[in-house]
Amino acid sequence: MDLSLLIIQALNGVQLGLLLFLVASGLTLVFGILDFVNLAHGSLYMLGAFLCASLTFVFGNFVLAVLVALPLTGVIGFLVERFVARPLYARDHLDHVLGTFGLILVLDTLAHLIWGPAGIAVPLPEWLQGQVALSETLVIPSFRLVIIGAGLSAAAGLFWLVNYTRLGMLIRAGASNRTMVSALGIDIQTLFALVFALGAMLAGLAGMLIAPITEASIGMGNNIIITAFVVIIVGGIGSMKGAFIGALLIGLIDTLGRSFLDDLFKVFMSSDAAETSAPAVSAMLIYIIMALVLSLRPQGLFPPRTR
Amino acid sequence: MTSMTRRGWMTVAVMALLAILPPVFYLTGNPFYLDLATRLSILGIAAVSLNLILGYGGLVSFGHAAFVGLGAYAVGIPAHHWLYGGMDFLATTSGLVQIPLAVAVCALFALVTGAVCLRTKGVYFIMITMAFAQMIYYLIVSIEEYGGDDGLVIDTRSELPFVNLDNPLQLFGFSYVALLVAMGLVRMITRSRFGMVLKGAKGNEERMVTLGFNVYAYRLTAYVISGAMCGFAGALLGNFTTFISPEMMDWSRSGELMFMVILGGAATTLGPILGSIAFIVVEEILSSFTIYWHLPFGLMLMAVVLYARGGLVGLLRGRGEDAE
Repeated sequence: MDLSLLIIQALNGVQLGLLLFLVASGLTLVFGILDFVNLAHGSLYMLGAFLCASLTFVFGNFVLAVLVALPLTGVIGFLVERFVARPLYARDHLDHVLGTFGLILVLDTLAHLIWGPAGIAVPLPEWLQGQVALSETLVIPSFRLVIIGAGLSAAAGLFWLVNYTRLGMLIRAGASNRTMVSALGIDIQTLFALVFALGAMLAGLAGMLIAPITEASIGMGNNIIITAFVVIIVGGIGSMKGAFIGALLIGLIDTLGRSFLDDLFKVFMSSDAAETSAPAVSAMLIYIIMALVLSLRPQGLFPPRTR
Repeated sequence: MTSMTRRGWMTVAVMALLAILPPVFYLTGNPFYLDLATRLSILGIAAVSLNLILGYGGLVSFGHAAFVGLGAYAVGIPAHHWLYGGMDFLATTSGLVQIPLAVAVCALFALVTGAVCLRTKGVYFIMITMAFAQMIYYLIVSIEEYGGDDGLVIDTRSELPFVNLDNPLQLFGFSYVALLVAMGLVRMITRSRFGMVLKGAKGNEERMVTLGFNVYAYRLTAYVISGAMCGFAGALLGNFTTFISPEMMDWSRSGELMFMVILGGAATTLGPILGSIAFIVVEEILSSFTIYWHLPFGLMLMAVVLYARGGLVGLLRGRGEDAE
């Protein structure tokens, strides 16, 4: 194992972590404030990717496509809130899960109908296709740096929004005492819809950022949603800080585990045994971490203070 | 004992029809319907096992497909080694080894994951059961020897005394009897003192704890029983399809099992069976019209959740009969 490879993989881990944060932050926001479990959150991630792919072909410009696709996913989130989530708020979590599971099937099949069964690759503009040399041996694609930058900016913007704006104040107040907020004359339904749309946009953004690397495909959201669940379980459901730290932790552990676990295993077992067991263990690694965290702290690493 | 309720008769009637119709169809030259009924019986066992913890115990497990998959691979892996060599201690085609192995592996997996999951409540429990199921999914995908993503063909079905699983009629009979046993077992469990505690904890956990019951231990036991039973269903499913793949434990499979239990009517004896029948019928009809059958299926699922509470059994309930 050499140092430059380690740095590259660590950067990849940070990139995955930031994408996970974008998905997990919406989940944890919606759960923290609305007490609603949205399994279909991953479908919004998928729709973001597909919308961005189509719009890139329409405009011939990836950045413009992202700027237009973002509000569109927000609108989709708004509609999902109005017609699926809102009637279910008063129900228990089982109904949330079943209802949004139905929604996943609907959205995935609609995506299949509209965009076809094969994935769609998203071409990048030329100025994003290059590579950046960090040192003589260390070269990484510039788009990966863009993802890291965009992810960090989105995280910073979200922290600013939640902690330093009037809307953020209402969001925090709604999370700790819903009844009191509405008694003070705040239109709680609109607030909820806004939170939902915001979560949808964050998930959509993650989908748009990953699409040029992996292409937009049916069911892409169903893989990331479970990892996002692991993130918020580890971080503490409802906690934004927990989602951020949990996402980076899971992103790094997953990426580094997949690249270096076999080397690590070779230290104390035969090379053959390491080659066969490392992939299996690294596939399970983040779930084992989750189980460990849970057995030590059932409420996650950073449980929100209120609730 | 009071006379049988309307729902009791309904259960007997449905189960009798399920026993008689498929073989009749088979013998009159429609083997397709027998296959459908075999699959129905096997999914029914899985749904019945889920109903024990979801319906009676109030524990929303979104990871039951993992048990189905583990059970199927407990048949597939020994059969694979028997044919291709390697891992001699495991290589066998005997169902007397494979099926207990499936049950034991699933019971162990349920014990280990249940011990972690049950420390948490509500939405945590849903997400964690889901995550552990996904863990098994990725584990199987990562093992190339057993086909990884592409799955594994079971060349030889489990060999059992007195029953030949290669014969479709006998495979159906075996699955059907297993379903009856599973239903009876769950009915017996839920009417015992153990089941009363489980149901009591669903209604009010604090009350049961105050009464001095170790609710955690009761729930973990129920979780292990449910997982083991579902593993048995998985072993049968492997024998039925003779092709197994990680796709069997995709979390949408877990969602479908939940759908069967809830649609049919949770915490009832007949509910999971009606739910399985409804699922199979809807799947067959819709998928014969369009490859996009998940669209109407998803809409139906949402409609059931939003508007039809109490499931199919709720519609059949006689006047004055309460849900259990």
